[in-house]
Amino acid sequence: MRFPYGDKVLEHFKNPKNVGKIEDADGKAIVGSPACGDMVAVYLKVNEADHRITDIKFESYGCASNIATGSIITELAKGKTIDEAKEISWKDASEALGGLPKIKAHCSVLAVEGLREAITNYEEKHGLVKEKKPTTVDEIKRRLKSVMNPLTGLDIVRGNLITDVKLEEGTVSIWVDLPENHIFAANIREEIKERIETLWDVKKVELHFREAQA
Amino acid sequence: MPEAIYMDNAASTRLDERVLEAMRPYLFESYAVATSEFGHSMGIEAKEALEGARQSLARTLRSSPEEIVLTSGDTESSNLALKGVALALAAKKGRHIVTTKIEDFPVLNSARALERQGFEVTYLPVDGQGLVDLGELERSITEETILVSVQHSNQEIGTVQDIAAIGRLCREKGALFHADATHTYRRTVHDLSSLPVDLMTLSAHTIHGPKGVGALYVRKGTPLGKWMDGGFQEGNLRAGLENIPGAVGFAKAAELVTEEENQRLRSIRDRLIDRLLREVASTTLNGHRDRRVPQNANITFHFVEGESITLHLDMRGIEVSTGSACFSRSLEASHVIMGIGGDHERAHGSIRYSLGRYNTLEQADAVVEAMREVVARLREISPLRKEESR
Repeated sequence: MRFPYGDKVLEHFKNPKNVGKIEDADGKAIVGSPACGDMVAVYLKVNEADHRITDIKFESYGCASNIATGSIITELAKGKTIDEAKEISWKDASEALGGLPKIKAHCSVLAVEGLREAITNYEEKHGLVKEKKPTTVDEIKRRLKSVMNPLTGLDIVRGNLITDVKLEEGTVSIWVDLPENHIFAANIREEIKERIETLWDVKKVELHFREAQA
Repeated sequence: MPEAIYMDNAASTRLDERVLEAMRPYLFESYAVATSEFGHSMGIEAKEALEGARQSLARTLRSSPEEIVLTSGDTESSNLALKGVALALAAKKGRHIVTTKIEDFPVLNSARALERQGFEVTYLPVDGQGLVDLGELERSITEETILVSVQHSNQEIGTVQDIAAIGRLCREKGALFHADATHTYRRTVHDLSSLPVDLMTLSAHTIHGPKGVGALYVRKGTPLGKWMDGGFQEGNLRAGLENIPGAVGFAKAAELVTEEENQRLRSIRDRLIDRLLREVASTTLNGHRDRRVPQNANITFHFVEGESITLHLDMRGIEVSTGSACFSRSLEASHVIMGIGGDHERAHGSIRYSLGRYNTLEQADAVVEAMREVVARLREISPLRKEESR
């Protein structure tokens, strides 16, 4: 039989390592690709004393190279300090897998982004962010650009799903142009909170969805 | 490794041995060209074989042999239909063409190419099942409209359009009508003695015939410009050496498809659809439940991605295709799935099972079992709502 991927990619695709969710994760992120609609979630457990990654898990809604990259990147990151893990690139992942088709770069780079975002999430939660700039509406919008709507394959900002963002005394209010019973409302809600709640000066995130549709 | 289960017959089929046997003499014995009919006896044999094949194809459509233009396949046939009519009527009648958003690429990209040449094209939307609205079609046809091109059935979701009604409408409004019948030829009855169709695209590769052979049915009197220049073959509509073994193979392949076989494919299709919708949670049928070709099932498995499914199936010896963006060279999600429901997630997890002569009910059952396993496994690692999909 002939497959479009090398043996190593296929092995990680068939039997991905470190699959799952860590319920009490110290850092986590869900990232999506506007190009193809793939998504990756990364969960971290980090030793607070030396900031070393003690456990890492991932989930994937994606193609073979997306799953294989999630598997290899979690293998590469395990046991590294967060500063070391941040340096892991798509090239490192691709090399460790014995090469990936270039056309698949956009879906496999997601796992790398997921790892970096999960580390940033950990740093923010643990007060490790070096410069404490006050949060602005622009910064909130920038972060919302990494929340995907799986129905359209677009992020919620470019997909025009954010109708308004307000920031008042640490409370962020976001209006989302989706009914609250939308098939992916729960995912989107969770992802938005995940991105915004971790900002050091944000105390509360209020989300306003449209009324449920019959 | 068990024998492969090939369910990608809309893309291409295995050649039937009987077709090869019919073609063989024209590869090794009578290999002359038909235009040599006045030159030598081998040329006469070639000419007879070609015209015999043409007659045989014409009979399947209840049309006349001179209405069958042999081509290199459905891509060329549809190019000839659209560009040929454009060439013939642009100066005389107008520059407007009507088609649909879910056509296959030969029609869609011929229309786009004509747009770049200054033609105006209306791309009709379809409903959730893939059907064109006849009222909308009627309103789109103007004085300037030279051609309406609506596929008989869809290449991905199998929905069958009411081409009799569409054809009548075109007649009333004075526009020519082309139907791409690549996936319905011999899978349904085409009686062109009564069906109001002016041009129809046919292909051999979908019915266990040779690749690289097709035909365009051209109703007598239909104005059509020639754009493949060279010799005077095919009623001076399509230049080029006649593919005689191909034509003979095409005719044989057409002859071998029976209503009994179509009924058998229907039962395999229904087994797949019924079992998959019942036994796998969070699934959606793409296309019309009843108005669909006998050989197509297309289902979206939500929360998982199609290329991952096809690769897992391939490892189990099962060959299917998907409308996921990750699967396509262009990285664009299926324009058909987007056209019927408009969302990326539905295209992402869509799988097309297209059947052929060598598929069986047992294979359908094996595919269902494999799907249950593969989808469960991929949902296990998906971050999207897997609780509800188990």
